[in-house]
Amino acid sequence: MPDQKMAAPPVERVAGGPSAVARVLDSGAGRNLGLVAVLVLLCVVGVSTADTFATTSNLLTILTSASIIGVITVGVTFVIIGGGIDLSVGKVMALASVWATTVATQSFGPWVMVFCALAVGAGAGLVNGLLIAYGRIVPFIVTLAMLITAQGLAERISARRSQIVVDPVIAGIATTRVLGIPLLVYIFAAVVAVGWVLLNRTTFGRRTFAIGGNPEAARLAGLDVKRHTIALYVLSGLCCGIAAIMIASLTTTGSSTHGTLYELDAIAAVIIGGTLLTGGRGTLIGSILGVLVFTTITNLFVLNNLATEVQNIAKGVIIVVAVLIQTRAQRSSP
Amino acid sequence: MSDSSGLARRGFLVGALGVGAALTAACTSNAAPAAAGGGANVAAAAGDNAEPGTPVTIGFSAPAADHGWIAAIAANAQAQAGQYSDVTLEAVNPTNDITQQIAAVETLINQGVDALVILPNDGSQLTSLGRRAMDAGIPVINLDRIFDSPLAYRTWIGGDNYGMGVSAGTYIGTRLRDAGVANPVIGEIAGIDNLPLTQARSQGFSDALASFGFAVGPRQAADFTAQGGQRVAANLLQAAPQLDAVWNHDDDQGIGVLAAITQAGRSEFFMVGGAGSANAMREIQADTSVLKATVTYSPTMASSAMALARLVAQNRGMGDLVEKEVPTSITLASATITKENVDTYLPLGFES
Repeated sequence: MPDQKMAAPPVERVAGGPSAVARVLDSGAGRNLGLVAVLVLLCVVGVSTADTFATTSNLLTILTSASIIGVITVGVTFVIIGGGIDLSVGKVMALASVWATTVATQSFGPWVMVFCALAVGAGAGLVNGLLIAYGRIVPFIVTLAMLITAQGLAERISARRSQIVVDPVIAGIATTRVLGIPLLVYIFAAVVAVGWVLLNRTTFGRRTFAIGGNPEAARLAGLDVKRHTIALYVLSGLCCGIAAIMIASLTTTGSSTHGTLYELDAIAAVIIGGTLLTGGRGTLIGSILGVLVFTTITNLFVLNNLATEVQNIAKGVIIVVAVLIQTRAQRSSP
Repeated sequence: MSDSSGLARRGFLVGALGVGAALTAACTSNAAPAAAGGGANVAAAAGDNAEPGTPVTIGFSAPAADHGWIAAIAANAQAQAGQYSDVTLEAVNPTNDITQQIAAVETLINQGVDALVILPNDGSQLTSLGRRAMDAGIPVINLDRIFDSPLAYRTWIGGDNYGMGVSAGTYIGTRLRDAGVANPVIGEIAGIDNLPLTQARSQGFSDALASFGFAVGPRQAADFTAQGGQRVAANLLQAAPQLDAVWNHDDDQGIGVLAAITQAGRSEFFMVGGAGSANAMREIQADTSVLKATVTYSPTMASSAMALARLVAQNRGMGDLVEKEVPTSITLASATITKENVDTYLPLGFES
């Protein structure tokens, strides 16, 4: 991934002469290696504590559980690298799932349901982006307000009930397997692949890094920062729309209770994936590894019949340790 | 995103957005099915109680619905009050905020209603409010989530969480014993673990199973949502490659649990639900999924609470009982609904 360090020119590393370890840790690949190590460690624990861990069906269960939060995390990674934050993702997904599964929408058939979910997601993202770019309100406030509004709207439309998906095509997404792998995992993989190319192989990606690293410099260099900011939030909203269809299929419902605290799960995954909260630096693969780490932990705890509280403690500890390692690595490389 | 050809593209975008807005606006209607069996369940007053008494005003406060069960509570209370010519209902806006609920009930106390029906967001946190109402001479019917002190309510009516676990455990135990299963693997998917109601349900379940010499195997807590049910069930099914029975505490989260079971292609076990939603009852009636029974925790208790509030406010007793006053505590029995009796219960089911 060549373009992940726009804000930190390679010159610094040569001049400072940090230790080899710090240099490896500091590079994107190094951070990913650390996460891979954590994942391998979790797998070792899994294999040694539960007989069923290493089965194909269990690994596919982990990937399926990771797919929805994974798709959302792709969008959040873009926003955070671009120097913003999106707290609204969980409830925008809930709103899109509710809107797409009302009796009226379902009567139009599966394609309108999909379109509706994507339109609601992208629309919410557009509102976020416009308010941030032209309303000059900080992203934290705008997306927090969107989180609350989307929650309210979702409750309003659904009358706080779980709307059951009767459309066989949408319900069938979660039960369909291609070559033994659930369709949801393919959708997840496709979104990650498109996201990776967009971030690392296009002008759009390079501009995202540039704007996140130093918006003023990016503006002076002639980039349309406002329009790009809007595009980033629309992208994040679009990911929520895709996730909404996935969760509607997986749970066979659209509900205002979907996606509670997804924003924190997504941000946590992005952070342990090595993306700077201040923007300008980060990798998509790191975020996805972060999602996999969290999903694997959940799976390990259920397989060993342990309570959810312990699971949350473990997640908290992992976040802190991951960020500590990152800041150490940063400090030792001037 | 180069700026040349931007105008054309923008035109297309605006057009697409317009079409999108029109389509999505048409998509928010949920009007179609007239909730079959969902919503309102009322009890007809019988005997002496049927005759109109002194006109009374009854105040009603409950949490905002985030769940089909709570939605049904409000609908039932409303419908039951509508049955009586001598009852005026003062329902305050439902809220999930404790301070807002306190403020709302205080308004009702100040209005001087004749009786209050309160389903508190949290029994402990609203106990002092219940006492204030009682001190002001307004009898309080405490619905389901119980206040800490009997001084805070005139009558408590609610479901039996322990009994729900017992009903589920007894059904599963009997069925497995009759099938001659030796060492059954019995799974449990609970609601929110730190709620006392979940602990009581689980205790009842394991006590009932113990009487058959069985024990709970894999057990996980979800969060009363379809999403949580799906996530926990998907993982639990991996933990247990072979199951004989599963009890899922809540039919709303059960939609997600059933989805996970279908997605995993599992059918070697049978499942028992909880609460008694119309959706779960239809599944039991159709008999095409693993869901074979559900144990009730019926929101019809709100209808009964409203009936009791009327009698208390009018200083009347309950029809068939000898006493001249309404009892101080009523615990509803948890019924087991199976394919055999589902037709009787379907009208009482609530929509998820």
